[in-house]
Amino acid sequence: MNRHADVVIVGAGQAGAACAIALRQNGFEGSILLVGAEPELPYERPPLSKEYLAGDKTFDRLLIRPEPFWAERHVDFALGESVVGVDAGAYRIVTDRGSEISYGALVWATGGAPRRLTCDGHHLAGVHSVRSRADADRMMAELPDVARVVVVGGGYIGLEAAAVLAKFGKQVVLLEAQDRVLSRVAGEALSRFFEREHRSHGVDIRLGSAVDCILGDETVKGVRLSDGETLSADMVIVGIGIAPAVEPLIAAGARGGNGVEVDAQCRTSLPDIYAIGDCALHENRFAANASLRLESVQNANDQAVVAAKTIVGQDAAYAAVPWFWSNQYDLKLQTVGLSIGHDTAIVRGDPDARSFSVVYLRQGSVIALDCVNRIKDYVQGRKLVAEGARIDPAKLADDSVPLKEMLA
Amino acid sequence: MPKLNVVTREGKETEVDGEAGHSVMEVIRDNGFDELLALCGGCCSCATCHVHVDPEFMVKLPKMSEDEDDLLDSSEHRNEYSRLSCQIPFGPDLDGLRVRIAPED
Ligand SMILES: Cc1cc2nc3c(=O)[nH]c(=O)nc-3n(C[C@H](O)[C@H](O)[C@H](O)COP(=O)(O)OP(=O)(O)OC[C@H]3O[C@@H](n4cnc5c(N)ncnc54)[C@H](O)[C@@H]3O)c2cc1C
Ligand code: FES
Repeated sequence: MNRHADVVIVGAGQAGAACAIALRQNGFEGSILLVGAEPELPYERPPLSKEYLAGDKTFDRLLIRPEPFWAERHVDFALGESVVGVDAGAYRIVTDRGSEISYGALVWATGGAPRRLTCDGHHLAGVHSVRSRADADRMMAELPDVARVVVVGGGYIGLEAAAVLAKFGKQVVLLEAQDRVLSRVAGEALSRFFEREHRSHGVDIRLGSAVDCILGDETVKGVRLSDGETLSADMVIVGIGIAPAVEPLIAAGARGGNGVEVDAQCRTSLPDIYAIGDCALHENRFAANASLRLESVQNANDQAVVAAKTIVGQDAAYAAVPWFWSNQYDLKLQTVGLSIGHDTAIVRGDPDARSFSVVYLRQGSVIALDCVNRIKDYVQGRKLVAEGARIDPAKLADDSVPLKEMLA
Repeated sequence: MPKLNVVTREGKETEVDGEAGHSVMEVIRDNGFDELLALCGGCCSCATCHVHVDPEFMVKLPKMSEDEDDLLDSSEHRNEYSRLSCQIPFGPDLDGLRVRIAPED
């Protein structure tokens, strides 16, 4: 079957959904088709390691928009179908069902596939990643028979899953290869704080700890560490990041590698092909114009709007302030800006009181804040980040002065 | 089902049915209004679910938490009728509630 849509969006996730919505909001009247590998309509992923895993929210409450919304706006879906090939010259894609779809503009919004372990035993039943609803459902179905869990990876997703499972009363060990958790995304003060919190909730955090292999016949029985120690486990959760799902585009000649390269309008190097969300490698002004991919709802949404506006011929450029959140136990972490490349980190408030912020500076300018149970700092700090404010570190550390009073 | 009256940014008012037990944000989102982004899914982390509540109904609403209050400060469009709609549980006691989607920040 051959199909055509004026805009074809590949990937019916956070960014793809936002792009379709923004196209209609900005007056686009052509046909829109979202091709998505998963069977579900677009849904929010953040709850998969939080409220959904905890059983506090049902799946229908995760849908980004309910089914009738899409029909009313004439947004079509081809779900359960993956795009495997792109012919950029012919403006045509081909799916795993062998069907061809021609397009006027193509928006690549495929996110990424969770990185898997490659060691012996990585394929055993009971070894999970947390990226999709199907992943979460598989885990949740096994949980009643699980007493001991090993989480591999101390990033946000691993820590959030550990928090939920610890609250369920599971015995949780979390393995982190680096010498601190969150080493890729936050400064040491925040890492140490979360390590203490998890330990006080009974999570056994092992730093500098690498997996040698997963033990078991058909189902997982344990994990052997590279120092020879063996941990028993009924479930292993692997949270070691994603690999952007960009092979078909790269094969078609798009520039990229770790993601697809895009400019400030989210255009790839191929004609009328855009890329947005987790898979889009872009120069970010909040990282001193370094090329990077951001894995956040903020980035997915804001890039989607830029791509949609560009498609309808409006002026738009991606320059949004990055923000992110993570919820663990009763802790609300909110991040604004990007801390990568900071040379100074200042703690405001008292981590022991479980309400504090870390302010990050690079060459004297505020570039990011991590705020724990401190919405005030998060809100007021946003301006400091947006302006790259230069503020005396001693002043930033003075908790008695609100951040908004520090702007000249 | 209890009713919610939603006024869009353009000023168009629509009455919709609201599922009791859902938040006002969810009722708005699930009835097809695309202006309300609600990016954090209702966990009081984003302020993109900001609404202005009809003054008449202000007294009926649950008190706002310090978190909600602080987060609302991020909006240029905050006024005395501002609330984050994800923080208001909807139900029969709020039947007829009228909210206007706040301008985008
Ligand atoms: C467990 C978890 C917790 C998170 N928590 C937070 C949080 O607290 N805050 C935050 O800001 N962000 C969080 N994130 C990140 C956030 O969810 C992502 O950044 C966001 O979903 C990215 O949107 P996207 O559209 O780029 O990718 P996705 O939402 O992953 O959507 C991509 C879609 O494309 C599909 N696809 C892939 N390849 C193809 C193909 N070839 N053909 C067709 N379809 C394809 C995929 O199956 C998927 O459905 C979390 C993510 C996870 C997994
Ligand atoms: S939806 Fe994010 S604060 Fe309400």
